[in-house]
Amino acid sequence: MSTHRIAGKGRFDHGGPVRFTFDGKRYEGRRGDTIASALLAHGVHLMGRSFKYHRPRGPVCAGTEEPNALVETSRGKGRFEPNTRATAQELREGLEVRSQNRIGSLAFDLQAVNDLVHPLFSAGFYYKTFMWPRSFWDRVYEPVIRRAAGLGRAPDAPDPDRYAHRNLHTELLVIGAGPAGLAAALAAARAGAEVTLVDEHAEMGGALLSDPDVVIDGKPAWDWLAAALAELDRLGVRRLTRTTAIGYYHQNFVGLCQKLTDHLDEPPEGAPRERMWHVRAVRVILAQGALEKPLVFDGNDRPGVMLAGAAQTYLNRYGVLVGDTPAIVTSHDSAYHAAFDLADAGAKVAAIVDVRAAPGEGVLVEARRRGIEVLTSHTVTGTNGRLRVKSLRVAPVSGGRVGAARTIACDCVLMCGGWTPSLHLFSHTKGTLKWDEALDAFLPDRSAEECHIAGAGRGLWGYGAALADGAEIGVTAARALGLDAEAAAPVVERDRTGTGETFKELPTDGDAGRKRAFVDFQNDVTAKDIRLAVKEGMRSIEHVKRYTTNGMATDQGKMSNVNGLMIASDAVGKAPPQVGLTTFRPPYTPTTFGAFAGYHRGRHFEVTRRTPIDPWAEAHGAAFEPVSLWRRAWYFPKAGEDMDAAVARECAATRGSVGIFDASTLGKIEVQGPDAVEFMNRMYTNPWTKLGIGRARYGLLLGEDGYIRDDGVIGRLGEDLFHVTTTTGGAARVLNMMEDYIQTEWPDLKVWLTSTTEQWATVALNGPNARRVLEPLVEGQDLSAEAFPHMSVAECTVAGFPARLFRISFTGELGFEINVPARHGLALWEALMKEGERYDICPYGTETMHVLRAEKGFIIVGQDTDGTVTPDDAGLSWAIGKKKADFVGMRSLRRPDLVAEGRKQLVGLMTEDGDVKLDEGAQVVADPEQALPMKMIGHVTSSYYSAALGRHFAMALVEGGRDLEGRDVFVPTPEGIRRATVTTTAFYDPAGERLKV
Amino acid sequence: MLLIHCPYCDETLPEAEFAYAGEAHVDRPADPMALSDDEWAAFLFIRSNPKGVHAERWRHVHGCARFFNAERDTVTDAFVSTYRAGEPRPGTKCSAGAPAGDDMKVAAE
Repeated sequence: MSTHRIAGKGRFDHGGPVRFTFDGKRYEGRRGDTIASALLAHGVHLMGRSFKYHRPRGPVCAGTEEPNALVETSRGKGRFEPNTRATAQELREGLEVRSQNRIGSLAFDLQAVNDLVHPLFSAGFYYKTFMWPRSFWDRVYEPVIRRAAGLGRAPDAPDPDRYAHRNLHTELLVIGAGPAGLAAALAAARAGAEVTLVDEHAEMGGALLSDPDVVIDGKPAWDWLAAALAELDRLGVRRLTRTTAIGYYHQNFVGLCQKLTDHLDEPPEGAPRERMWHVRAVRVILAQGALEKPLVFDGNDRPGVMLAGAAQTYLNRYGVLVGDTPAIVTSHDSAYHAAFDLADAGAKVAAIVDVRAAPGEGVLVEARRRGIEVLTSHTVTGTNGRLRVKSLRVAPVSGGRVGAARTIACDCVLMCGGWTPSLHLFSHTKGTLKWDEALDAFLPDRSAEECHIAGAGRGLWGYGAALADGAEIGVTAARALGLDAEAAAPVVERDRTGTGETFKELPTDGDAGRKRAFVDFQNDVTAKDIRLAVKEGMRSIEHVKRYTTNGMATDQGKMSNVNGLMIASDAVGKAPPQVGLTTFRPPYTPTTFGAFAGYHRGRHFEVTRRTPIDPWAEAHGAAFEPVSLWRRAWYFPKAGEDMDAAVARECAATRGSVGIFDASTLGKIEVQGPDAVEFMNRMYTNPWTKLGIGRARYGLLLGEDGYIRDDGVIGRLGEDLFHVTTTTGGAARVLNMMEDYIQTEWPDLKVWLTSTTEQWATVALNGPNARRVLEPLVEGQDLSAEAFPHMSVAECTVAGFPARLFRISFTGELGFEINVPARHGLALWEALMKEGERYDICPYGTETMHVLRAEKGFIIVGQDTDGTVTPDDAGLSWAIGKKKADFVGMRSLRRPDLVAEGRKQLVGLMTEDGDVKLDEGAQVVADPEQALPMKMIGHVTSSYYSAALGRHFAMALVEGGRDLEGRDVFVPTPEGIRRATVTTTAFYDPAGERLKV
Repeated sequence: MLLIHCPYCDETLPEAEFAYAGEAHVDRPADPMALSDDEWAAFLFIRSNPKGVHAERWRHVHGCARFFNAERDTVTDAFVSTYRAGEPRPGTKCSAGAPAGDDMKVAAE
């Protein structure tokens, strides 16, 4: 039963009911209602509990700036959303709405005990209350605070909805479709501009939707609006409703979030829920209007206390009377119009309490005509009513003294503390603001973008002014686009003009310290908190904000910032601009992660690179691991094997006979040109001039700072052609670095680089039987030790495919790496598997590759190095060309810090107990008995079980590590401190005998 | 997202196609081994970091892949100019590679 729906009022069809539930109770609303308007139609104001004190709260406004009426909504499985603004969410059939931030029921919240002990929760209470004893923090304070903190619950199921992204280039983007925005769009579109007009509401019209009595160009406001929208459509203007401009970025790049289906009873199958528009506009017009400010007085947060403009909107747009006996408290003429509209709709206005001495004469006449009592120079000293306001205490103020109070009975309080120009988006662009003394408001000053501001956003008031300004700005923008344009301002009758004043908290009688006058409703910040912050030393508004959390809730202080500033500047004793304004940041209103992510989720979040041999690995049950963007075979478990068992088997099989490994992900760069050898000499630490054609060499790449960046085997295929391999993850970085030097430092060198990573599939064969497996498949190259020794490269044919064949080893065994064009990779692999059958050839993955290389002490760049490791630290001094005059990073190797004693060096670690595996990343200490915190002398970089050694082993970077060889160090682990002996890193076949076959 | 003009492609394109590459006109010394530790450290680590117009390098990495130079205001992020590697900084008489130093102020004015 809608007790407060007024027949004949409202914008939308009063027909067909829309059913929804609130805290399990069934309600009916009208098509076009928001949750808030539908509940208010039933006389329900209590919609939530406040964040800190759990005070009962109802809606304050009728838009997205709502701080109080935040609810949980559910549209079915996975479609649960906390903190939905009841004042913005449109009803849809079957919507489930629940109140949040309560224990027990909304009417009786156990946590409301916080309100009784509110002196404990003053500004900065965290810093003061939970200091001691220190041990209480982990066990008592934090768990309790965590449980109590936060608004709403996080969703616990994956979001099943789709979200879309779209790009748009437009000549003129108009943000806000109130009178100023409409007039601007009309003027520009009439001049021939290509215009996009957006508005966050379901309907365009802005304040006109709440003021039907205004007459524009001889037509009632809503008729003019309908004609204006029809003309915009005829002119081809792109109009987007339910579309919020969330952020304004460089060069007129604006993010728009469009809500597409949340208001539909049955969204079309597969339709996106929201669409993020990435708009690039030549010009932008901000016509976002102004936000009404609350007044700050004791008990201004009770359900039933709301902004006067909101009450006017609920009445005129939704046909809902928010109360039968409203009392108005105001410092601006605009609230009088709200009072008149409510009175004309049948409400009995209890009184208009004006803080000012002299309201506008026009509104006073109108009030008298309606028989409404107006109390000027009055203050509000308090309100009463637990779950709904019941009365108001008002008192005259004279010469700063508060006189005798009287109580006014009412069932709602409509307040207006003036209007704040909405300049959030303008602030995103680093546009500067200027304090206007006359308006007590920040107005736009210098713009950093090609943008204009029209209407109430720059402090203008009244429909005539907004429409004229919009038309003028629309013409200005059109001319800036090179179009001929003439302004035609509409004629406005029955305009609702007015002025107002801005106040700090209202004067009160009694102890101001006991008053609960709220500034920020969402974060429960009172005027007293702000004064306390100043008293405790905060001087800048940025400090006051962080100390009190004023304006730090999800509404970004849309209602509270200016009131907070007025109080702080009064307390500091400086003018508001000297105390400052906090910075607004995107997004303008809370925005779903889904809208930002768009299509980039699940499989589309990131590409997965796969090698040509990947399908074989998948078919043979490989476990995979991600390596940069690649998916690589990690190990190949047989039935019943875990990773350790599989890796131990793969290691033993490779060292015992032959293993096969997909190395296709290795980065490959072709370096070609007459100056290729000179280029290689300058880039890599090693000497390349004397490397013969058909020979290969381990190459080490440093940064200019002397630290290891990358490594890989490099083969010389011709006088002017090198086949460079890089680490899997480093391929793009190395190419970028090489290009940088070629293009900008040595443009005279005749050398060209080509990334060939994906052109070659690479298969590594390792083990004593590797040659026997390979030999029958090779044509055009003798594989004997004499003809093709270790570190050779040849172009030949393998399994019928053209190949670049390397004899190299990352395992310490006889090894070959066969590169064939990628499309033949799988066929090569299968041919080798077939040929290897008689040797029990064993496919192995990256884990076995890591173990086998570590047994030989070969480093993995990025695992055993971390960007602060020099060649000498890693034991790779041998890779530096001693006679070279220069290479990248060479000069740095002589810097004092890089040759200093005590640098961390790569060493082996053998735990006392071979069954103990050290964790990679574990810290190393010299003396386990030392006092805490211990001095850490290094850390474990690699740690594995070795089938060949029959025990665990590790590598570590340890200060002065090579001098500690044979001595013991200690590694603290969760199971206790482990003793380990420092060794060399050549754990297996240190003489390299196994390569000599 | 910034719009950046690639002086090689002669097109103005979204920032996502480009990668930043540090300060411009910091030439690698011809003979690093001849430098003192301090001189080398200055080349390695010391950058101008101005508040205002900054000469810097960008790479059109997802386009022509060329490195080029740009002047960008570090306060507003606005690009003042872009020009090819090896060309002198616009509005300065210094040749490419000369230290920016005082010329930075000239360009900022």
